[in-house]
Amino acid sequence: MTTHPVLKGDTGDWEMVIGLEVHAQVISEAKLFSGSATEFGSAPNSQVSLVDAAMPGMLPVINEKCIEQAVRTGLGLKAEINKFSVFDRKNYFYADLPQGYQISQYLQPIVGKGEIVLDLPDGETRTVGITRLHLEQDAGKSLHDQDPTRTFVDLNRSGVALMEIVSEPDLRGPEEAAAYLRKLRAILRYLGTCDGNMEEGSMRCDVNISVRKVGDNEYGTRCEVKNVNSIRYVMAAIDYEARRQIDHIEDGGTVVQETRLWDTGRGETRPMRDKEEAHDYRYFPDPDLLPLEFDDAFIDGIRATLPELPDEKKERFVTHYGLSVYDAGVLVAERARADFYEAVVSGGPNGRRDPKICANWVITELFGALNKGGHDIDESPITADQLGGLVDLITDDTISGRIAKDVFAEMLETGHDAAAIVDAKGLRQVTDTGAIEGEIDTVLAANQDKVAEYKGGKQKLFGFFVGQVMKATQGKANPKLVNEILRSKLDG
Amino acid sequence: MTELNHLTISEALDGLAKGDFTSAELTRANLLAMEEARALNAFVTETPERAMSMAMASDDRRRAGEARPLDGIPIAVKDLYCTEGIRTMAGSHILEGFTPTYESTVTANLWRDGAVLLGKTNLDEFAMGSSNTTSYFGEVHNPWTLAEEPDARLVPGGSSGGSAACVAARIATASTGTDTGGSIRQPASFCGIVGMKPTYGRCSRWGIVAFASSLDQAGPMTRSVRDAALMLTSMAGFDPKDSTSVDRTVPDYAAALTGDIRGLKIGVPKEYRVDKMPPEIEILWQQGVEWMKAAGAEIVDVSLPHTKYALPAYYIVAPAEASSNLARYDGVRYGLRVPGNSLIEMYENTRAEGFGQEVKRRVMIGTYVLSAGYYDAYYLKAQKLRTLIARDFEAAYEKCDLLLTPTAPSTAFKVGDKQDDPIAMYLNDVFTVPANLAGLPGISVPAGLGADGAPLGLQLVGQAFEEETLFRAAGVLEEAAGFTATPALMVGEGA
Repeated sequence: MTTHPVLKGDTGDWEMVIGLEVHAQVISEAKLFSGSATEFGSAPNSQVSLVDAAMPGMLPVINEKCIEQAVRTGLGLKAEINKFSVFDRKNYFYADLPQGYQISQYLQPIVGKGEIVLDLPDGETRTVGITRLHLEQDAGKSLHDQDPTRTFVDLNRSGVALMEIVSEPDLRGPEEAAAYLRKLRAILRYLGTCDGNMEEGSMRCDVNISVRKVGDNEYGTRCEVKNVNSIRYVMAAIDYEARRQIDHIEDGGTVVQETRLWDTGRGETRPMRDKEEAHDYRYFPDPDLLPLEFDDAFIDGIRATLPELPDEKKERFVTHYGLSVYDAGVLVAERARADFYEAVVSGGPNGRRDPKICANWVITELFGALNKGGHDIDESPITADQLGGLVDLITDDTISGRIAKDVFAEMLETGHDAAAIVDAKGLRQVTDTGAIEGEIDTVLAANQDKVAEYKGGKQKLFGFFVGQVMKATQGKANPKLVNEILRSKLDG
Repeated sequence: MTELNHLTISEALDGLAKGDFTSAELTRANLLAMEEARALNAFVTETPERAMSMAMASDDRRRAGEARPLDGIPIAVKDLYCTEGIRTMAGSHILEGFTPTYESTVTANLWRDGAVLLGKTNLDEFAMGSSNTTSYFGEVHNPWTLAEEPDARLVPGGSSGGSAACVAARIATASTGTDTGGSIRQPASFCGIVGMKPTYGRCSRWGIVAFASSLDQAGPMTRSVRDAALMLTSMAGFDPKDSTSVDRTVPDYAAALTGDIRGLKIGVPKEYRVDKMPPEIEILWQQGVEWMKAAGAEIVDVSLPHTKYALPAYYIVAPAEASSNLARYDGVRYGLRVPGNSLIEMYENTRAEGFGQEVKRRVMIGTYVLSAGYYDAYYLKAQKLRTLIARDFEAAYEKCDLLLTPTAPSTAFKVGDKQDDPIAMYLNDVFTVPANLAGLPGISVPAGLGADGAPLGLQLVGQAFEEETLFRAAGVLEEAAGFTATPALMVGEGA
């Protein structure tokens, strides 16, 4: 049983209650209700159809691909899929909302209750409830910084399909919120339904947070913090907002239910102005669209194409490859990483390399090097085949683990194969016992005094002799043979 | 020979086919009539040059033996239909100068079939009204006048008032209207012409400025039932750009006009005898029943018990949808913009100046009935009533094939009457609104004159997608009524 983080207050210990609303941009060629393209970073207003600009007489037509993606995501979240759902209009005025309403789903969303299993840093897992997932249109973008007196509007994003994924208030701190977002992002990426790129805004997050005394069963009054667009800021916003609420309550105040904005620059939350918030959205079913209905065959067709998801993959890596839960978790966090690892393991002369040695090289060496350079796995200068080649040289004793690290560094730099580097630099391990014995004899002859000390009981000097032999052979002597021969000469 | 602008579509097609005249001649006659009758204010935009070039192109096709179903027929289009390159303002200041870059599906279908555009007709602002007095472009006058007060001007009905007046005055051979609560049938009755509202989903709504999306439907306004059938055959059809349009083949509606309704069961709903209805309406209705009976139909008394809720339900649902549909007219992207010191102020200034009184009233009502705390009491309840009203029709159609009712509770009233009393104005729609709420097809056929000398129509309401039966019965009704009276402000002397 995981214990929840506790915040100390003057009046006792407090607990955070957090729910997240994630807006995930659906990966699709076209917008939710129009044929316009959805590519990020295009020239302003270059991806706007008559429908997106809400010209008079224009009508929305649902894009089936977006429906498939929502169902796919629902299945990935082990959620109920609603075969009957309804699109509603959410009415409010804003310059970048051309229709004067957003088409969304209110009372009858396409996906109902589901769940996500969090992988916590201590290796524990925890299941968090998903309340619902619904489809809705994104708004355009108001640009306030292009002109001193005017606001410009870019409608490229107007009408792009979003999935709003709402969690239950099951999260209990910034770490869990971060784990939730990372896991959700991994699932979306595995499914290919959202690229999860928070920097480009294709995944955005609103945080609902309240605090209560440890042991209380009632929820406190919550605030919604909007505009939190990285996992790091989500954590910071939770830290700030929880502390603010606790301090406020302990100073005798009561928390007011309100929407607050996260100010990245100041690192604080502040209330939105009343005008921005005082909306009566006047939801009603959009009369331009029929209710969305599909059958089991449609759902089953999508289910049949679901990939193996992170949880199942992790389970398989543990049972099939014998990896630790931690290592398996690191590998499956991204599908591309897991695929890379499996490509390494399944290669080589026997079609199966040692899974643990492979995991070590992939996680510690390769991921370590990539992280240092800020690179993704798909930018790796070393292919899975090449890394496999290096593992092969280690397992067949061509090179030692020590030499392998040098070879790896060279591979990173040049992109050359391990075998080529070993040959070119003459790094092949010396396994000729005669040659090693010769080197040992030379070392012992040159250090008669130390040999005497050793024999007199100073056992620690054994390492010194090993080091001298390795040094004399530029590290190429097989360490195991060096050990064996040295022992027989010194102890024998 | 009859003046060309007096011909029906079928007569004109006949003459064009025989080579008696060209579309250019026919179109010119209509354009001249348009100039002569400008006092009616039926048109907001005249397109004589486009008309002549379309007519000449039509004549070329006909000479090449490639004539299409409506080739060369000059028509007028309600200014609610977006027309590419031609200003479209929906009778509202807020769409000031708006010129679409696209063509509505229904008008595109008409041009595909060879029709010729004379111009865009006046209408109540955003199609909200029953008298065509709410237009930013001013009121439209009915070409009919009162026997005893020939100088008084009558309303043409609404909202498709310009479309009705121009057909009645022999300016256009036919026109398009839209019908949300009676906006085709009521003005048709007031102007002594045929007005037909198809089943919801029969014509595409794409490119038609939306008033109330779940009720709006395009339809033809003509001087004969056959013409309405010809027009609808071209206008109707599935459109993938309108999710509510229905994918069914479009029959040749004119072929349904067999003149034989023997055995057809005509229902007479008892709830349509409303209080204070003038006796002449009751008498005409009874006359209609006799005509149908004489033609071999069987008359059945039916009950539509929720009829009294139709008008209140309509005046909740339609404004609710309108309040949302009209939110896009915000001064940001097109049409009128009245500057302000902030975004909110710009909205307020633009919408205050851009919308007229009736539109504002309905936006306010619609906003109210959708508001938190009122939604269940108004909008949701109205939707439930709508379901009950649709069930009434379903039950009635177990006993009969069609319903026969009056179209409107009166003849056309004088311009200025009922202006201060929105409820009295809304009562004009009492017989037409139920068909919109249930999505059913209806047609108004001119059937006689009131004591004041103004025309009166009778309405037939059919079952969903049974337009052929509707046209067949309407043809018989038209034949029996033998309506030949013509309006005083008609252009030309007639036959």
